[in-house]
Amino acid sequence: MKGMTIIVKSVSSWVKMLVLLFGIYITIFGHLTPGGGFAGGVILACSYILLMLAFGREYAEENLSLCVASKLDCVGALLFAAVALCGFIYGAAGFFLNFVHQKWQAGQGSALKLVSGGTIPLSNIAICLKVGASLFMIVLILSVFRADSSSGKEEVS
Amino acid sequence: MLYAMCFFLFVIGLYCALVKKNMVKIVIGIMIMEYSVNLFLVMLGYRAGGVAPIVGKDEFDAVSGMVKSSFVNSSVDPLPQALVLTAIVISLGSLALMISICIRTYEKYGTFDITQIRRLKG
Amino acid sequence: MSVPLPVFVAIPLVTAFLLPLFSEKRRFGATLLANIATGALLVGAIASIGQSGVYRVGKWPIPLGINLVLDGFSGLLILTVSVVSFAAMLFSADYMERYTAKPKYLSLFLLMVTGMNGVVLSGDIFNLFVFLEIASIASYALVGFGCGHEELEASFKYMVLGSIASMFILFGIGLVYGNTGSLNMAYISQAIAGRGLNRGLLFALGLFVAGFGLKAALVPFHAWLPDAHPSAPAPISAMLSGVLIKALGVYALIRVVFNVFGITIQLGWVLLILGVLSMVAGGFLAIGQLDIKRLMAYSSISQLGYVVMGIGLGGLIIAEGGNPAWAKLAILGGLFHLINHAVYKSLLFLTSGSVEFSTGTRRMDQMGGLSKVLPITRATCTIASASIAGVPPFSGFWSKLILLIAAVQAGFVWLGAIIVFVAVLTLIMYLKVQRYVFLGELPENLQGVEEKRGSMTFAMVLLAYFCVLMGLLLLVPGLKATVLDPAVDVLVGGLSYSSRIIAMP
Repeated sequence: MKGMTIIVKSVSSWVKMLVLLFGIYITIFGHLTPGGGFAGGVILACSYILLMLAFGREYAEENLSLCVASKLDCVGALLFAAVALCGFIYGAAGFFLNFVHQKWQAGQGSALKLVSGGTIPLSNIAICLKVGASLFMIVLILSVFRADSSSGKEEVS
Repeated sequence: MLYAMCFFLFVIGLYCALVKKNMVKIVIGIMIMEYSVNLFLVMLGYRAGGVAPIVGKDEFDAVSGMVKSSFVNSSVDPLPQALVLTAIVISLGSLALMISICIRTYEKYGTFDITQIRRLKG
Repeated sequence: MSVPLPVFVAIPLVTAFLLPLFSEKRRFGATLLANIATGALLVGAIASIGQSGVYRVGKWPIPLGINLVLDGFSGLLILTVSVVSFAAMLFSADYMERYTAKPKYLSLFLLMVTGMNGVVLSGDIFNLFVFLEIASIASYALVGFGCGHEELEASFKYMVLGSIASMFILFGIGLVYGNTGSLNMAYISQAIAGRGLNRGLLFALGLFVAGFGLKAALVPFHAWLPDAHPSAPAPISAMLSGVLIKALGVYALIRVVFNVFGITIQLGWVLLILGVLSMVAGGFLAIGQLDIKRLMAYSSISQLGYVVMGIGLGGLIIAEGGNPAWAKLAILGGLFHLINHAVYKSLLFLTSGSVEFSTGTRRMDQMGGLSKVLPITRATCTIASASIAGVPPFSGFWSKLILLIAAVQAGFVWLGAIIVFVAVLTLIMYLKVQRYVFLGELPENLQGVEEKRGSMTFAMVLLAYFCVLMGLLLLVPGLKATVLDPAVDVLVGGLSYSSRIIAMP
């Protein structure tokens, strides 16, 4: 898959870091402003999709390959499950307990500041990793289908 | 009245999913149905003259550590918004699966027309 | 509660996300890990027989947070799901060696088990919807797993109808929230009891019956099942027909109708008519089939009609104020038939998978005389066919007898006649299977087939033992009181579900 013209390539090489940073901002401040894990993950995936559209699929695949994205996806989900299962340390009735806010004095912070939600920012970061990696993999795999089938259609019975 | 319009959009999506013959149009019909249900859920929480359910410094009483009751009495219900976020994520996953099955079916049969894709009968 | 309830959802979910980290070369490790997960679920399900409790996730009190509920009905279904998924996972250790991407198959299988456990344990109606979607989307992908011509067509049709059903259910949930102001099933049922049914709630009830009926493949909504179940790989057909349509369709429908809305005379008649239509239509459509798995898929529709008819009959008797003993008997028959059918229908699909693995074909007119070369498959298939047809010492006979007694005693003699008629149809269709597949002459192109010993035969023999032992579940009074009676009491109690849940510590 070819990339686009030189203007698009040079502008997007500057803009991609802004988009990535914006996605990370939406994720981390998810417990204070609208957004959170899912919206931040979509914006993170969009920065890689911008890379794919401007430079071509092979460049994006070298940058973040399919194997690495798949492993990031699993790591994100396992991190979310670990945050939920850590509640079991505080008794059998503690699945998904917000132990950072309720049990640790240092984790309480003050209201409306960055350190105040307890386990909510940790869950947001895990979901952002998972959603970003998954969406990028979906778009990459669907574009692979089209590229292969247009060349091999004579062989399909 | 507005809720009936949501249901009308739902019926349009249902008609499209059941009557059309192109696979991609059927997928679009299902997506219209999902958007109409999400719209219905968000409209459920509306309160006339309400504010967005975001707590800032003004709505927060720093002395007692709780949200002011004037905010609670005037804000829009935030629970349907959380339901809609979850429903949007679910429909995204479902859409990705439907599109990839459409693409694979096109590779095998060479057409998107469901009347031509009828090997299973009886 | 000896086993904390989130364990049933957390174990398969964490394993499902550990498995894609295994590459193709380490298939054996992935298979071992998946089997350990289903074995742990089975141990947990057996440890929670006869217990009940409410688990508040995150220690949030009930109207603010989500709760997980284990009562008699949920416990019965958790046990069924665990047994069938354990056997199907053992079977797929050998059966799926022919496919590529086996770790991804195992991961999707465990996601489907997560979804089913979540639906059964959930006490909050939107939580039920989310887990229903997890299980449904995993099953759409699993039906099309082989990526051949027929699998893709079947998967697309299943996915379109399944998505339409999910949208009906979500619209119904929105209407219920708008009218009652709560998402917790206990609080919704109290609000409906206090306020009565207005037009919005009646419409929501209709949407729920349509949506859950589509998931359960009751007769006006059954169009996806005869295409989806044959095209799936055999262990997935066993899971779909054995537990998925029951946990997602029948369980959710009964929970919403009996415990949240409360059973009325019209609802009882609706369930009864849907059940009778399914029984008769499924039976007639199954007899002419030549594809072995398609015949079994139609007979699933017919047997599920028995379950819904039995429970509808019990509900109708309760709503009319008739003798409660006959209502309890009808509901006992329906629930016992549900768990029986889960065991013997999954065994039938596993044996058909073994036949297809050895011979390479699914058409019965191309097979014959396989009893000499596939002895264990033949023995287990005969046991399962005898159970489903209602031959006396096996479990299917007892559940149909209970349903027949309840129908005749409650005054519905025409219903008793239909039960006997469909039982005769079931006997005919399974005699046809036995005759075409196992008896007769072995054709020349199948002379060299042999049975593959190992995990496939072990799984089939395990389920065959369960088939034989299920009859004891009814006859031994101690087992019946711990396993079946609490489930019956939950349904007969109906609206007392809400006060019990709110009162529990």
